[in-house]
Amino acid sequence: MGDNIEATLKELFPEMSIECRQIFGVPNFKVGAENLLEVCEKLHKELGFDYLADITAIDWNDRIEVVYQLTNLPSNCRIALRVDLDRDNPEIDSLCSLWKGADFQEREVFDLMGVVFSGHPDLRRILLPSDWDGHPLRKDYVISD
Amino acid sequence: MSSAIKTDLVEINMGPQHPSTHGVLRLDVTLDGEVVVNCRPDVGYLHRGIEKLAEMRSWVQFIPITDRLDYLASMLGNAAYVGAIEKLGQIDVPERAEYIRIIMMELQRVASHLVFFGTMALDLGATTPFLYAFREREDVLDLFEMVCGARLTYNYFRPGGVSRDLPGGFYKKCKAYIKKQREKLTEYDDLFTNNQIFIARTRDVGIISGEDAVNYSLSGPSLRGSGIAYDVRTADPYSIYDRFDWQVVTSAKGDSLARFQMRVEEIKQSLNIVEQALEGIPEGELKCRTPQRLKLPEGEIYYHIESARGDLGVYIVSDGGDKPYRLKWRAPSFINLGALNSLVKGWKVADVVAILGSIDVVLGEVDR
Repeated sequence: MGDNIEATLKELFPEMSIECRQIFGVPNFKVGAENLLEVCEKLHKELGFDYLADITAIDWNDRIEVVYQLTNLPSNCRIALRVDLDRDNPEIDSLCSLWKGADFQEREVFDLMGVVFSGHPDLRRILLPSDWDGHPLRKDYVISD
Repeated sequence: MSSAIKTDLVEINMGPQHPSTHGVLRLDVTLDGEVVVNCRPDVGYLHRGIEKLAEMRSWVQFIPITDRLDYLASMLGNAAYVGAIEKLGQIDVPERAEYIRIIMMELQRVASHLVFFGTMALDLGATTPFLYAFREREDVLDLFEMVCGARLTYNYFRPGGVSRDLPGGFYKKCKAYIKKQREKLTEYDDLFTNNQIFIARTRDVGIISGEDAVNYSLSGPSLRGSGIAYDVRTADPYSIYDRFDWQVVTSAKGDSLARFQMRVEEIKQSLNIVEQALEGIPEGELKCRTPQRLKLPEGEIYYHIESARGDLGVYIVSDGGDKPYRLKWRAPSFINLGALNSLVKGWKVADVVAILGSIDVVLGEVDR
């Protein structure tokens, strides 16, 4: 399944540009922020990617990249989705409607990296106090003693 | 509840210093009478910002911090982090070191599950099993102390191997421990696992279906207790687990009792693995040579292992330098805790304690 997933995705979404690169045998797909929910819905409901293993984000100074690790448990097939967001206004659709496991993970990315997940049922800080200033995993976050 | 009597919802606070929360976890529980209608976990009391700390330390300097996340299974934290470095840096590990790692990882799983066994019993009001489990765990900690000098935070794994060899006397002591632990497991069953009160408190309590468990991204024994045979050791094999004869245990029940039983069964499987590794361990090098100031090639990796609590993932991004550009710790306890609300809804306050115990969270890892 891992080999033809790229072809399947391109067939399902002919009008989208979906870039793929292999990272240690795991296909990583670059998806546009506006298409994420639609792609995930297909992956979840039709291609059997039932397990959302991880959500994280990386601050590349010029943009913020959110990375989703997905697994198809019955076939042990792993893929990753990557979305580039505007660093000044990072906003993306929440995946809570598809995977309930996204709830805490999206709150964590919101808390530490400042990505806003629209449609999240309860988007609050989770690890830091509610009155905390800033998002520590941003590269320009200033650490004081 | 009858509609004739009007009831008000009551919000109660469990923790953060409640003994049954296993650390500093606060549960904001909304009750209708005795029945839970909502439960919001409030975490972060132990947050140390380790992902940010990682960006300020060299690759090797971060290893001791991995001890302090899931502090009941430090060896497994070491293993996940070092494994990620080795894969990204294409660093080989000598055969002997692989065997030593397997022995350490599986003994650690046993020690961690023993704490689970003892604390879950304690949460449900049984004091003796706690003392029994800690007595046997002491033997495992003695073994770890022989190997690396520490009893809780081991800092034992290194990129390319382990920091020192098994000392003389280790094999004999370890074999004696395996024999003793197997006998004691029978004793635990007689005393506790088959105890009617314990069974009444956990059977059919806090049920989650396999489908829901997957949807909540549960992992580890908490997922396998719902009938999903997902174990990273077989699903995405790493180290040398494929050389040993052992089984992934599952139960279709999905209740607190099943999650408890999974861990007791896993102790038996882990002991089998340790026994085979002790038989098969070759002589040889302990560590491949790595530069004193380790640099990893530019790139990234998502690496994961099966820790005592589930799918432990480490995501590292390297810019070619001597420290991580970004490090993410996918803590199974944190994600498992996300399912707590759905597990406890509709159950009574006292059941919250049993259900929380059955998903076995470690707050050091939840809060990071």
